[in-house]
Amino acid sequence: MNGIPYAREYKITLCHVCSYVCAEEAHECPRCNSPVHRRKPNSLTRTWAFLIAGLIFYIPANLLPVMYTTMLGSSSENTIMSGVIEFAESGSWDIAILIFIASVVVPCIKFLVLGLMLVTCQRRSTWAMRERSRLFRFIELIGYWSMLDVLVVALVAALVQFRGLSTIEPRLGILFFGLVVVMTMLAAMTFDPRLIWDAEVEDVR
Amino acid sequence: MIAEPHSHGDQWIICEHCDSVYESMPLNKGEAAYCLRCAAILRRSHRLTLEQLLALSIAACILFIFANVFPVITISMQGLHNEVTLWGSVQALAQGQITLIALVAGLAIILAPALQIALLFWVLAHAHRGEIAPGFKMCMRTLEHLRPWSMLEVCLLGILVAIVKLAGMLDVHAGVGLWAMAMLMVLILLIAGKDIRRLWDELGVQPE
Repeated sequence: MNGIPYAREYKITLCHVCSYVCAEEAHECPRCNSPVHRRKPNSLTRTWAFLIAGLIFYIPANLLPVMYTTMLGSSSENTIMSGVIEFAESGSWDIAILIFIASVVVPCIKFLVLGLMLVTCQRRSTWAMRERSRLFRFIELIGYWSMLDVLVVALVAALVQFRGLSTIEPRLGILFFGLVVVMTMLAAMTFDPRLIWDAEVEDVR
Repeated sequence: MIAEPHSHGDQWIICEHCDSVYESMPLNKGEAAYCLRCAAILRRSHRLTLEQLLALSIAACILFIFANVFPVITISMQGLHNEVTLWGSVQALAQGQITLIALVAGLAIILAPALQIALLFWVLAHAHRGEIAPGFKMCMRTLEHLRPWSMLEVCLLGILVAIVKLAGMLDVHAGVGLWAMAMLMVLILLIAGKDIRRLWDELGVQPE
């Protein structure tokens, strides 16, 4: 694993917007004028902040109803989990699993993995660095699929608008759920995966 | 051994996930370079020429209009009909307390893809003539920042889930907009990826 030089050994740094190789002391990329940092500023603190905000929003997202349905006089409110259970009971196992993965499994994996990244980086752990890098790229990839439930509620609520017969309205829970997705996306964006590898050497700022 | 780097930045590739430095090598078609330290993709060979990218961005523009003008789902129930467009579904979220999420949804399925297509068309149309488009730097920076927020593939899956969800209680039909969406999603994957960064090198944008 050793032998591959790090950018800092050459006093260069990467522009994340245009991939230009900048001088280490540059504050702005000479080619695309974006700000350049050797490491994303305050990466750990900011990621913690977004992660904790996401966790807090996740509570009302699961407790509050996301959808309000009136069907021929009878009305009901659904939370995310009760929606999944309803699908499973009506026999649509495939859709139940799909929604369960997108709205429960993916956010929970994101919370766990980001928490793991933050703790291991703060302890400067050299454990499984390659695997942790892969894991981080994986959650970056799957993160935005959680938006699925928000978009489904939007579509269904826009469609089922038959006054007197049947209506579906979005409810407050979906706002919190959408915010969870945005927060975890921001957390993944502010985390700097290069910190994983900084454990090999002295402090890099 | 690797020589000391100097001002010619394009001889070097730095892995954005672990900061490893490699000497840049030309890739053959279908090849990709991976980081030996963290296994991330460093660079991929270009699948399409700039001309093809421009053609696809024009196609994406037309499909985007179709996807937004025509309904994506139509339903009927006891003689009553209703249909939904992408904009309609964003509007459905814009009620009362939850308006904020309508903004996020609007960004994800309408605004971000629209801007991506428009900006790509702008820079590619000029690149096709060998010119650097006016405002090139801003366009390219905006494209980078928009990429994570463009969620057409999630939207497509959402439409399919909504169809299955409603199929149990109503008559549901896929609209023209859905087919346009499906094709548009593929085009966006092809044209709006990180690969567009090649324009910086291919147009020879000089650092200041």
